[in-house]
Amino acid sequence: MHTEKVFFGFFILLALTLNFGFFLGEIDNPDHHNVYELFAALFVSLVATVLKLGERSQIGALLLAASLVADLQLIAAATVWAVAVHVTDVGLSPMVMASIVSLSGGALLANVVSAVLVTVETATLSR
Amino acid sequence: MPLPSRPKRNPVIAVVLRRMRTPLLVLLTAYALAVLGFSLIPGQDDQGETWRMSIFHAFYVVSYTGSTIGFGEVPYAFTEAQRLWAIVSIYMTVIAWLYAVGALISTLRDPAFHAALENVRLRHSIARLNEPFHMVCGYGDTGALLVRAITQRGGRAVVVEADVERIQALNMREHVPHVPAMHLDARNPEHLVIAGLRNRWCTSVLAVTDDDRTNLKISLAAKLLHPGSHVICRAESSDTAENMASFGTDHIVNGYDHFAFRLLLAIRSPDLHRVYDWLTGIPNTELPERPRPPDGRWIICGYGPLGEAVSRRLQSHGIEVTVVDATVDKLPDGVRQVTGSGTRAEHLHQAGIAQADALLACTGDDADNLSTVMTARQLRPDLYISARQNALRNKPLFEAAETDLTVEPSYIVSSQVLAILNASLLNSFLEKAEDCDATWHRALAEQIQELADGRIPVTWTLRVSRKRTPVLVDCLEAGKQVSLQDLMRNPANRDASLDCLPLLLLRGDDTLLRPATDTSLQTGDNLLFCGTPRSENSMWRSLRNPDLLDFLRTGNHRPGGWVWRQLREWRSSRNAAQKEG
Repeated sequence: MHTEKVFFGFFILLALTLNFGFFLGEIDNPDHHNVYELFAALFVSLVATVLKLGERSQIGALLLAASLVADLQLIAAATVWAVAVHVTDVGLSPMVMASIVSLSGGALLANVVSAVLVTVETATLSR
Repeated sequence: MPLPSRPKRNPVIAVVLRRMRTPLLVLLTAYALAVLGFSLIPGQDDQGETWRMSIFHAFYVVSYTGSTIGFGEVPYAFTEAQRLWAIVSIYMTVIAWLYAVGALISTLRDPAFHAALENVRLRHSIARLNEPFHMVCGYGDTGALLVRAITQRGGRAVVVEADVERIQALNMREHVPHVPAMHLDARNPEHLVIAGLRNRWCTSVLAVTDDDRTNLKISLAAKLLHPGSHVICRAESSDTAENMASFGTDHIVNGYDHFAFRLLLAIRSPDLHRVYDWLTGIPNTELPERPRPPDGRWIICGYGPLGEAVSRRLQSHGIEVTVVDATVDKLPDGVRQVTGSGTRAEHLHQAGIAQADALLACTGDDADNLSTVMTARQLRPDLYISARQNALRNKPLFEAAETDLTVEPSYIVSSQVLAILNASLLNSFLEKAEDCDATWHRALAEQIQELADGRIPVTWTLRVSRKRTPVLVDCLEAGKQVSLQDLMRNPANRDASLDCLPLLLLRGDDTLLRPATDTSLQTGDNLLFCGTPRSENSMWRSLRNPDLLDFLRTGNHRPGGWVWRQLREWRSSRNAAQKEG
């Protein structure tokens, strides 16, 4: 067992699961989407990105790219949330909630790609 | 400093990112904890009702406290619980920031990181080279002379040297064009590859380190990894030289042997030696005029590789030699030996300095050599004294000691290497010239002296071929006659000749020494010239410009454009018609 690999896989999967948890629910219902879940998803996603820094393999580069995409989507979602609630007085209307959740859906896709890549890499290397 | 063992693609960014992983993780965690804490701890708004910070507000507060800017407690004054958390979060985030910034700075200042950065930069500069370059392995006295002479002629050089101080010395000098200096170990073939051994522009490899073993390894690596390259190797012992020759090293330069050869040449045919000295010298330095070494009894102090080479060669040509050395195993037959040191008068007396004609001080130690020179001068002020100068920096001392001939192995090696690089025909010219008589030598020496104007002339080869001189070949294929004289005309004044001298013409299997200036050129001719650098430039300029070449050939300015050419043709046909009429 390799501690670094466990750590790495843990954060990548956690980023995926948290993202999925936030995404789950009616798309325009604010009651189904918790702000702390988005916060946790963003934090774990950033940690996963940092863990991938400095990887020089081809697959490592693709992992980093996927992670950066997920970060970008989640930061966009968080920004939309903050702007809707604090900057303008729109509040969490169904339309705003829908766009936040769909942005996190994009991040989810990127995280799925990350998880698949890690699985592929592990499968090809461990023999 | 650890050297990279194998070439890697751009390791610099990877190094920084790897080292920044932990600091970034610490920073992220500190921020996340602080933000989470602020958003969970209940506060009070201005109406006294319970109010919770949103994540947005919490991030805002942490951002300005973490970066130690601080705006106060917004939007409402904090409760005691919030203040407690603010204290914790300030220390946590500020320390995390300091740690991250400190780690980044220490990474950027790390010598290993700098070395990696420098290597990447150099590799890029070598990859960008798109013209032929020489790889100079070893930047000692010889390497320095070579690099200077190569760059002065506009050539490109790449230096491989394991000693940091020498690299710094090279970087202190302004070379135009730039000379990339790699801090690499030339004994390691991988390092040679990093330095561009496999680059298709690497035309020649010059192994001129002080160590025979290293030179041998470089030569082997070059022949195996880049068989097309021209390998020139310095060798001090004849064993190494034979070893190098066995696997096809193109040229082996043995400085000591060569000096002995030259010394004998200077004794036997002094005028040819002058020519030799000037044509193989480092161009644009002062034209040396040395006193002729006498054809008599020689005392050689120090029986190292140089002493051995000289005594063998002089002895085999019937010159009487006495060797003064403390430890000598076996001397060539007929060489007298005095056990002792040249620095002491009594040993010099034993060696018969009273009857000797010349003395050579050639130990590996400059202080000993100088001491010998001064002792001998006191005993015999009229003696011809020659001394070996091991380090270039001791030059002023040898000049002050007024030796008749200073032997600088590094100078001899570098001038030999340059002669091979610049004019491949030079060696065959010098070999041929040995067969000529003394009057011929004298005439040649006087002519070179006249045109050189006190500076060592440059020598260059000219190959009449479509690749090298397309303009000239076009001219010849059009059926026009171009003579050697035409090439040597001065574009500024057609009747004057450039300061250069044709030395050799190679046509097929025929070699012609000092070809006559009215010789007509043919495609495939190889020519060797010597002359001033200015005359070389001028000749190449004429060879590149068809109009200029036409002018030199005929004395007529060819009209540049189509209209003017038509006009001239029309005019000359009208003139011809008028004459007939």
